[in-house]
Amino acid sequence: MNFRIIITSASVLMFTASAWPAEDQVQQLQLQLIQLQADFEKTRHLQQQQIDAITQKLAALSVAPAAPARTDEQQKLEQELATALEPPAAASRNTPVAPSAGGAKAGSSYMNLSFGTLIDAGWSSVTDPSAQLQLGDHDPSKRGFLLRNAEISLDGAIDPYFKGFANIVLKLDKNNATDIELEESYLQSTALPANLQLKAGQYFASFGRQNAQHPHAWSFVDQPLILGRAFGPDGLRSLGAQLSWLAPTPFYTELFLSILDGQGGTAFSFRNLGEPDAAGINRYAGRATSDRTLRGPQDLLFVPRLASSFELSDSQTLLAGVSAAIGPNDTGPHRRTEVYGVDFFWKWKPADAAQGFPCLTWQTEALYRRFEAAGDPIVPLPAEVLRDYGYYSQLVWGFVPRWNAGLRVDYASGNTAAAEAGDPYRGQRYRFSPELTFLPSEFSKIRLQYNYDHGDLFGNAHSVWMRLEFGLGAHAAHKY
Amino acid sequence: MKISHGLLLLPLLASLAVPAWAKINVVATTPDLGAIARVIGGDQIELTTLAKPGEDPHFVDAKPSFMVKLNHADVLIEGGAELEAGWLTPLLEGARNPKLEAGKPGRIAGAEGVHLLEVPSALDRSQGDIHASGNPHYLTDPLNAKIVAAHIARALAELDAKSAGVFQANLKNFNNELEAKLAEWSKLVAPYAGRQLVTYHNYWIYFGHSFGWPMELFLEPKPGIPPTPAHLAAVIGKMKSGNLKLVTVQPYQNRKTAETVASHTGAVVLDFPSFPGGKGTEGYLEWMDFLVKSTVAGFEKTR
Repeated sequence: MNFRIIITSASVLMFTASAWPAEDQVQQLQLQLIQLQADFEKTRHLQQQQIDAITQKLAALSVAPAAPARTDEQQKLEQELATALEPPAAASRNTPVAPSAGGAKAGSSYMNLSFGTLIDAGWSSVTDPSAQLQLGDHDPSKRGFLLRNAEISLDGAIDPYFKGFANIVLKLDKNNATDIELEESYLQSTALPANLQLKAGQYFASFGRQNAQHPHAWSFVDQPLILGRAFGPDGLRSLGAQLSWLAPTPFYTELFLSILDGQGGTAFSFRNLGEPDAAGINRYAGRATSDRTLRGPQDLLFVPRLASSFELSDSQTLLAGVSAAIGPNDTGPHRRTEVYGVDFFWKWKPADAAQGFPCLTWQTEALYRRFEAAGDPIVPLPAEVLRDYGYYSQLVWGFVPRWNAGLRVDYASGNTAAAEAGDPYRGQRYRFSPELTFLPSEFSKIRLQYNYDHGDLFGNAHSVWMRLEFGLGAHAAHKY
Repeated sequence: MKISHGLLLLPLLASLAVPAWAKINVVATTPDLGAIARVIGGDQIELTTLAKPGEDPHFVDAKPSFMVKLNHADVLIEGGAELEAGWLTPLLEGARNPKLEAGKPGRIAGAEGVHLLEVPSALDRSQGDIHASGNPHYLTDPLNAKIVAAHIARALAELDAKSAGVFQANLKNFNNELEAKLAEWSKLVAPYAGRQLVTYHNYWIYFGHSFGWPMELFLEPKPGIPPTPAHLAAVIGKMKSGNLKLVTVQPYQNRKTAETVASHTGAVVLDFPSFPGGKGTEGYLEWMDFLVKSTVAGFEKTR
């Protein structure tokens, strides 16, 4: 800087010394310019120094409270306050700190609100796919256009102890009339000790992988056959409470236990009256059913699950689980149902993936159901055990950014029972489903899927489904 | 008999008790935050960084193993400003770690107190992947690193009062080194003030802001929307008319796109690591040094 000023002064001197009368004005202007430039440099330098000084002060100040923070006096006060607040012990640990600015603007409302819609269009070789082919409640199940899932999702912190979640689903039936369903509404604890977490309300049970996912998170337009057989059109969801525990293992291990009410169509294989026949008698698996109230806690539906995850390499993760659902059913007294499942989810994503692509995922679930059906002397039907089993296995390849292609294989079968003629939930079935998806952004999706179906009931069937998906509102975080 | 039982239990009890010399377990979401924490925390901390240096920070998978890491953590350093919005929330829900609750000393939001650029006046997704609180890539400006470093030092001191002096000293050292580097960089960049850089994603706006290199052209037509031929043609046109000669690309971005643009404009493609952590760019200052020097070298080459 000094060097520059010297040069400036020197040149100023030179200019004054060599003043020619004719070029007087030009020289004057040049002189002014040089002086201005020098002044500007000086000011800039000064301001930079000031900025630096303030920045340093700021940095120092924002640390300053740390070092001398806990004087004896303060410690005493804190101790006093701690004893005063003894009963709710958890509160005493709170340290007043400025609220986090990260996302302050985004979190300016008390809850996140989003709205997602799935619109289907398609054709099937079967005139009424909803009868035997597409049994899921959110599946495309009609030739032409259909909308079976428009979902309002709400979530947010309730208070310092709970978070709340709700999913309200609107759907259009074949006649374009709107049905509404309170799919989920539950709270989840945030402050339980010992790695425990409590969830209570109406929610999808933690059984396997896909049951707890909402249709927009699925990789195919319809639900896997074996999940439909075990848990019906809506998946296994009920009112109840779940306690889960994150085990202190070096790798992820979580234990879940749900105790659910288990009554109604959303607990399909359990205290479910089934559908009314022509005479108005409710039947499940051919048997007349009757409402069974709880005789004791053993009549509730119990859903335990154990899940573990392993990092196979930097780019590969495996998540595996075993689940069970055990409870009574409505075909007769002391009749019980047990469903067991294993699930695997493997994902490969290289470290340099752009927007999550390329990636490869493999997801497989296998289920076994043991259903004790009571005898029905009027039909007549004997008391017997229905055994169902099956699996699905799917591979989805995100081959370039925004595109994925997948293939799913479905298989479901069971033992031969006395009354299963015409029952779409029994008999042998398999299905091959290739799909192709384009995701213009994280908030929209177009999916094309072909299903080749084969079943004891209907022989061969071919269907093509297209699904358009959109999401509005809060950016939903992606669970693994 | 009783005594020997007691003796047998002693080592067990000792292993259960938290030792006084235990290190603070720090989890940073991204490697830039991790690199700063490493300098401030030194040997007093055990550091885990969730996102990898070459990874797209917007699309990190919420792996269950991260839940375990967060469960064990004493401190979480997040960028804030919604960068981790897509993956951090479910991890924290699963982690059940009260130390990391918002407002606790164990939860550090780096963006706190940072003057964020490009805060949108309206939230409109037709404008692409914009963040409500502003552009979240603020650590590409070295002056913002001072703020983050100060946050970390303060939080660590609060958790480990005995080592407060060490953190204070580390912070001072970091700031001094940063100052020295800033002086060096300002000399280096001075001849190229006002020159423009073309970047793939709107990631380096703070970097440009800091060193006097405006950034108005991006290969993405809108944040998060992949380049289209029409947009690239427009970019090439503007690069030619404005005589712009540098295009930056990050590890996870399509280098071929940048190369094509460069071949049409006689520009040079600069490989910009998104985060510290690569070879020779392990630390924050080394990383920034690499960025500044490769930009300056690029300008020199295309003078």
